[in-house]
Amino acid sequence: MPNTRPPVDYIERTRDQYSALGYPPYQWVENAAPPPWAALRKPLSQCRVGLIGSGGIYQEGQVAFHYKDDLSVRIIDARAPTSKLRATHFAYDLTDARSDPNVVFPIDTLNALAAEGFIGSLAERAYAFMGGIYSSRKVRERLAPELADRVVRDEVDVVLLVPV
Amino acid sequence: MTSALSITRAANPPRAAYVDFPLGHTAGKPHQHELNRAIVRDALAAFEMLTQPGVVTLPYQWAADDAWKDGVMRPRAPGGAPDDARVERVAQPQYQNDSDRAAAEAVLAAGGCAGTVFPKRLAEHFDVLRNVIDDQHSPPFRGCQGVIHE
Repeated sequence: MPNTRPPVDYIERTRDQYSALGYPPYQWVENAAPPPWAALRKPLSQCRVGLIGSGGIYQEGQVAFHYKDDLSVRIIDARAPTSKLRATHFAYDLTDARSDPNVVFPIDTLNALAAEGFIGSLAERAYAFMGGIYSSRKVRERLAPELADRVVRDEVDVVLLVPV
Repeated sequence: MTSALSITRAANPPRAAYVDFPLGHTAGKPHQHELNRAIVRDALAAFEMLTQPGVVTLPYQWAADDAWKDGVMRPRAPGGAPDDARVERVAQPQYQNDSDRAAAEAVLAAGGCAGTVFPKRLAEHFDVLRNVIDDQHSPPFRGCQGVIHE
């Protein structure tokens, strides 16, 4: 069979799964208003790029995430070897992320793109959290502003967000 | 970046690059450096390409066919319970390795915060936070930015 199936509709499948398990429906975030827009003011080859990932990545020596609406953030040294990175999360298969964290937290990938000049540089600090947070309000009011403050202070031009 | 198109469309961010891979592989496949560089390069190129809000679909396939999509969150057997691979949600740190726990607890015992920061506004809710953390660590995240201490 060729690649003919449409994208997996995770909203529909979650609805079906929750219904079968007897859970109340999951409340997805829906933003109908047009999103804010900020133009890119210089070429990527001159941009400092930031990285924020929600795949539950932490560095050896850091406290691991817990699985109950953990709003905390780990500051990841973007120059540290990937072998020091770990992955923990309750809602996706961690096998590949533990084998190579780049699949959810593309540190080596972005360092390589910086080395070849496709981007100007990768910010020294990357940020990781564990995205299994069941309160969109807490994410919107606390976690997201904290992360936004930090990447602004890091003076990045572009931030790559990598959810799982 | 996203591998969950319907969720991303509902959240409606200014820019997104869709990678049609199973969850847990938003930025590529393990140890496939060339592929992963191409995926992330294309995702970043969307920053330059898009002039208004939108989602760019990247041209990468997980496998020669799409059979993997059939089983995602579906019952393993017809009429059976849906496949729910999630594990229990607990409030204790979930380390990948036992040695990670020892390394982090050594940092905490020395008064460090082990790389952990909390949103500033969590300080207002520190009583709640303390219930989660005090059980596990002593001293509890002393020196961590954004946390008010007694």
